[in-house]
Amino acid sequence: MNQIKKLTTPLTEESIKNLHAGDSVLLSGVIYTARDKAHKLLTETLAAGKALPVDLQNQLIYYVGPAPAKPGQPIGSCGPTTSSRMDSYAPMLIRQAGLKGMLGKGPRSEEVIQAMKDCTAVYLAAIGGTGVAISHSVKKAEVIAYEELGTCAIRRLEVEDLPCIVAIDCDGNNLYTQGVAQYRQDK
Amino acid sequence: MKSITVEEITAAVRQLCMDVSYDLPADVERALQAGLEREESSFGQYCLTQILQNCQMARESRQAMCQDTGIAVVYLEVGQDVHIVGGSLTDAVNEGVRQGYEDGYLRKSVVMEPLFSRENTGDNTPAVIHTEIVSGENLRILVVPKGAGSENMGAVKMLKPADGLEGAKKFILDTVRNAGGNPCPPIVVGIGVGGTMEKAPMLAKKALTRELGSRNPNPLYAALEEELLGEINKMGIGPQGLGGRVTALAVHIEYYPTHIAMLPVAVNLNCHAARHREVIL
Repeated sequence: MNQIKKLTTPLTEESIKNLHAGDSVLLSGVIYTARDKAHKLLTETLAAGKALPVDLQNQLIYYVGPAPAKPGQPIGSCGPTTSSRMDSYAPMLIRQAGLKGMLGKGPRSEEVIQAMKDCTAVYLAAIGGTGVAISHSVKKAEVIAYEELGTCAIRRLEVEDLPCIVAIDCDGNNLYTQGVAQYRQDK
Repeated sequence: MKSITVEEITAAVRQLCMDVSYDLPADVERALQAGLEREESSFGQYCLTQILQNCQMARESRQAMCQDTGIAVVYLEVGQDVHIVGGSLTDAVNEGVRQGYEDGYLRKSVVMEPLFSRENTGDNTPAVIHTEIVSGENLRILVVPKGAGSENMGAVKMLKPADGLEGAKKFILDTVRNAGGNPCPPIVVGIGVGGTMEKAPMLAKKALTRELGSRNPNPLYAALEEELLGEINKMGIGPQGLGGRVTALAVHIEYYPTHIAMLPVAVNLNCHAARHREVIL
């Protein structure tokens, strides 16, 4: 594992170019949650030429559907969900809405990686199934769009030192393919 | 004849739904610990360390270890000498799920209709309930919450008998390889062989609830479990798919008699949060 880097939103081209696949990152600032249904609505809004309910320029989307908060907590367990379910929507948000970062878990499609290379965006991975630990990095959470979607609504999170890994960087270096190739022993 | 009230069933299911989400079974935690000891990749070691810490935090704070607290799969083994009194068994189970997910601060992840509206039912019901009538006068309730990350990567295939053992192995290994980092490895691999098109996946899911690392009593299947586990851990997928030696914690196979012209094979994957919990009333 490489050195630990601090990353703060909103993201800049410079901060993204400084991130390389395999870097450990502590993420701080405002991030937005969205998963399948919110992505469908966001991309339909873009396609219709209308304004998004949230400005994604230089922002980062976290693929998560949190568990309900217990009294006194800002949020319940909130680990990453499988990013590949958002692969058909992500390129449009990167190319047309200025989205610069994504946080989730698991591999991405070639189309997503190409959009990341073309527009200088980064894909971070958090560890799936560590939702309690990750919830401790969330200081504030509020629903800002699509409230009717419940756990799938868009939330604005304020996070502090959320631990994650640069899985795919803006040059297309991909920790999933590199890591597996390094340890593969069959064929 | 023993009488069990629907209130007792609801209370038991409510408690199981909460406990299963907070408290990873000891066999799974031991397997993760053993995985950490043999993992060579630094990312893999980091992931496993974080996963084990998260389990501890979830248990102590009684908080869901993973936000995906699943759709509740509930197995009921009803003794034929049990009399259920006061209402419907199905309603009693669903009421337990409703209360457990609400009172336990668990995520409600069930949509009422899959293709058109996909509207959330708001209380995580209905459960997927599998009922079996057995001998005796006990009611065994087993709750297995199943998240989407791993469930979406499973597969079933109707092989030809001519495909045989090699065909089955290839299908199983291809399914795991294609799943890659998506199902939150290290995974548990449940395999069902035989029966019919619906029976094989039922066996595969039930296989996930076996004590981790236990072997099929048939030595041929036990050896196949060992062989497949070895092959899967050579794939290099590793914890979270970031590369490493520990891709699967266990492979469990269950089989059933089948038709002379059939060879159904099903693979049901579980993430590292291999949650299952039971009670006997």
